[in-house]
Amino acid sequence: MRTAIVRDPLQPSAALAEVASVANGAAIVFVGTVREVNDGRAVTGIEYSAYEGMAARELAAIAGEAAARSGTTDIVVEHRIGRLELGEASVVIAVAHPHRAEAYDASRYIIEQLKRRVPIWKREEYVDGTREWVDPTVSRAEVAR
Amino acid sequence: MTITALFFASYADVFGRDQIEMEVPNGSTVGDFLRHLRALDAARRLPPAPLVAVNERYARPDQVLRAGDAVAVIPPVAGG
Repeated sequence: MRTAIVRDPLQPSAALAEVASVANGAAIVFVGTVREVNDGRAVTGIEYSAYEGMAARELAAIAGEAAARSGTTDIVVEHRIGRLELGEASVVIAVAHPHRAEAYDASRYIIEQLKRRVPIWKREEYVDGTREWVDPTVSRAEVAR
Repeated sequence: MTITALFFASYADVFGRDQIEMEVPNGSTVGDFLRHLRALDAARRLPPAPLVAVNERYARPDQVLRAGDAVAVIPPVAGG
């Protein structure tokens, strides 16, 4: 099991190789990437920042919980911070398990908990040159109302 | 006693800095800290009940603070 907050580009195939083994009949790699449109606005890039010590601690805790639920410690989670271009990977979650159901469950658990708990923030940059911190608890439609 | 308040992302913008040293009475809780913080003008832009972490762990409003604690006010997280 390995978790990390990193600044360099993520390597999904390396994460996969790290968890794969002949004991595991299933290996899943989830890759979260920077999307070109969010909430109806054209995005040109995203700056990710973190409370690094706490983010590392929460990521490790989440991976530990996923391991306890699913019964595998073949888990790698990396989240990148800094400025990312469109299409670049912001998060990679690799999980391997003897069976697919547990691998899918662990992978899903990790991304959902990460989005809920890990202190990472993103500031989107838009085509018009403006930038804004993303608040997932508020949509622009609500702000306008 | 002195504690260190930490601000991140949009909250660092709100306060114009990423940390301040704050004097709070001995025995203050997380809730007391938030009330102290609201004495600052910029704090009007905080939500009614922001998330707080003490020494890198999420904390409840009734958690008692100690001198030297790092008390982080956590904006809505947006990782992934």
